[in-house]
Amino acid sequence: MTAHTHHHVHEHELSKTDPRVKLLAAKIKKENHKPDALIEILHTAQNAFGYLPKEVLVYIAHELKLPPSRVFSTVTFYHFFSLKSKGEHTCLVCTGTACYVKGAQALLNKIESQFALKPGQVTTDNKLGVAVARCIGACGLAPAVVIDNEVQGKVTADDLINSINGKIATI
Amino acid sequence: MNRHELQAMAEKAKEKHKQLKHKICVCCGASCISSGSEDVLKKLQDEIKARGLENEIEVVPSGCMGPCNQGPLVKYLPENTIYQHINCENLDRVIQSQIVENKPLEDLLLFADSREKPFVKADEDPFFKKQLKIALKDCGDINPEEIEDYLAVGGYKALDKALFLMSPEEVIAEVKQSRIRGRGGAGYPTGLKWESVYKYISDQKYVICNGDEGDPGAFMDRSVLEGNPHRILEGMAIAGYAIGASKGFAYIRGEYPLAIKRFELAIKQATKHGLLGKNILGSTFSFEVEVRIGAGAFVCGEETALIASIEGKRGTPKPRPPFPAESGLWGKPTLINNVETYAAIAPIIVKGGEWYGETGTAKSAGTKVFALAGKINYSGLIEVPMGTTLREIVFEIGGGIQGGGEFKAAQTGGPSGGCIPEAHLDVSMDYESLVNLGSIMGSGGLIVMDKSSDMVDVARYFMEFCMDESCGKCVPCRVGTKMMHDLLQKIYDGKATQIDLDRLEELAVYVKEASLCGLGGSAPNPLLSTLRHFREEYESKILKEA
Repeated sequence: MTAHTHHHVHEHELSKTDPRVKLLAAKIKKENHKPDALIEILHTAQNAFGYLPKEVLVYIAHELKLPPSRVFSTVTFYHFFSLKSKGEHTCLVCTGTACYVKGAQALLNKIESQFALKPGQVTTDNKLGVAVARCIGACGLAPAVVIDNEVQGKVTADDLINSINGKIATI
Repeated sequence: MNRHELQAMAEKAKEKHKQLKHKICVCCGASCISSGSEDVLKKLQDEIKARGLENEIEVVPSGCMGPCNQGPLVKYLPENTIYQHINCENLDRVIQSQIVENKPLEDLLLFADSREKPFVKADEDPFFKKQLKIALKDCGDINPEEIEDYLAVGGYKALDKALFLMSPEEVIAEVKQSRIRGRGGAGYPTGLKWESVYKYISDQKYVICNGDEGDPGAFMDRSVLEGNPHRILEGMAIAGYAIGASKGFAYIRGEYPLAIKRFELAIKQATKHGLLGKNILGSTFSFEVEVRIGAGAFVCGEETALIASIEGKRGTPKPRPPFPAESGLWGKPTLINNVETYAAIAPIIVKGGEWYGETGTAKSAGTKVFALAGKINYSGLIEVPMGTTLREIVFEIGGGIQGGGEFKAAQTGGPSGGCIPEAHLDVSMDYESLVNLGSIMGSGGLIVMDKSSDMVDVARYFMEFCMDESCGKCVPCRVGTKMMHDLLQKIYDGKATQIDLDRLEELAVYVKEASLCGLGGSAPNPLLSTLRHFREEYESKILKEA
């Protein structure tokens, strides 16, 4: 087992007084440092940090006594986890079949023309990130988007741009 | 709590409901919430209180009522009058007419904007008339966040019956007799699955609920988890008793935060009342349930991949055998069923397997929940007897094609399924009939397309999905889906020749035969089925040789 090989790398970069780190530490403790709770712990970390910075992954690996490679490979496998910041505000366009049939692509085109963003990209000022979802299960409301965790259904391209602008304007 | 206390608690809850004159449910499924139903709920509760009616009328949030397109929905019980598109402004008119004057408010009745004469009793509307709710029963009529509401409609009676009046063998026999088959899509007989896990001897066994509803266009499991979470817990506990497991996991998609929240709340309530945990209802049976949140990987709907994910690993599938029944979670015998399958267990135990088997067709017993979406007038969640025709679903329940368009095809089974063309509208919706048409039942997503849909684009769309979601473990799927996608794109762009089309068809067969798991094995299905039913659309895009 090589679980301990890297355990000091970057660890100092995380501040123990950071409330997000405290939250993460509490979750790890609650899960008894069990390696099989890795995904649950990653969820907590991503919720707290908005994405998964490298030093957080190294910290988790150390706490669960897992090789960092194992943590990293798990993170990159699942769509939900992101190694990059997703932006202060996020617009998630559902591209599930129902939304696709009802014009999700037109929404994405509009976003691209308006903000010069393709799915997965973030504006240079980190204000807005755009992503696509496989299906958020709101098919009765197609086409649907999620702006900062709020589902909006039956959106037109113009509604969408207005909503996004509204979110960006409020800090 | 012992079984007598359970009975007393159920009686008390029933008694409380009897004293009320009316119950008003405000749909708080994810779909209605996003159209603002929580504000409606709050305002309605305040209004009832302000009028001093809280001892006569109870206002509760409920799960999905079905016609998601018409939300926010408000249901007035026991009359079963449903109002649509309710917001904080028009709510005043509903209160004035329905509650104060006791007169239904015509112009806001369900489907008032599209039916000549809307129905005051919602169950008389064609949308509901052809439906039969077994898995979805009570969903939309009870508050999913209150265990008392579930007890009042007979909740946990099945668990009580199984624990005290039946042996594990008898429970399995009942499930076998019902002839229910796995509602996740593959259709394996549930009773046989239970029996095979039961037969393995082990110090520890596990029950898993597969709530990783990954097909785009499917939201059946989400709605059941949100609308009636205790029903799933009860089904899982009965399964645990039958196969001899003391621990269960519910694997729920991370994209469904509300379902996760309500399911976790249900676990807490059930544990508090002794319906989960040690010595359930005073019996010798102990069972606990933990939630695992999916992290966005379609392949995790495959059972061996899901197991790897619960273990905290990359969700890559393993070759079977060994099947999870023999060696599953942490190498122990494991039972995996879909959410909808567990939802049907309690009624099967209470009313008997024979009763359940009376509904449906010879080979596909019972009912199936479908998520209707796409270019259809009334999209939403429905439950119909197996064997209902596609025409009945699309035109009677779904109200036909949106904007007066023409039906072209219905897609079932998501990226693993296929398209059913107009010529087969009278197909009986059961496992075998759909396979014969080159599609599958799948988990229940049913997407209706009109003449504006390009079938080559539809095939390309699903292939892109499979390409992205391929876990990368086996070559036929990892490379094959990419090559098929590129060929489909080439055809769609009008740059392909007959040779490309031939190659695509050949490749589809290889990928189908050689892939390790169901993802790759079924990835060519949308392509093959559109080729089978809409070949002319492919041929019209092929470059003719000079």
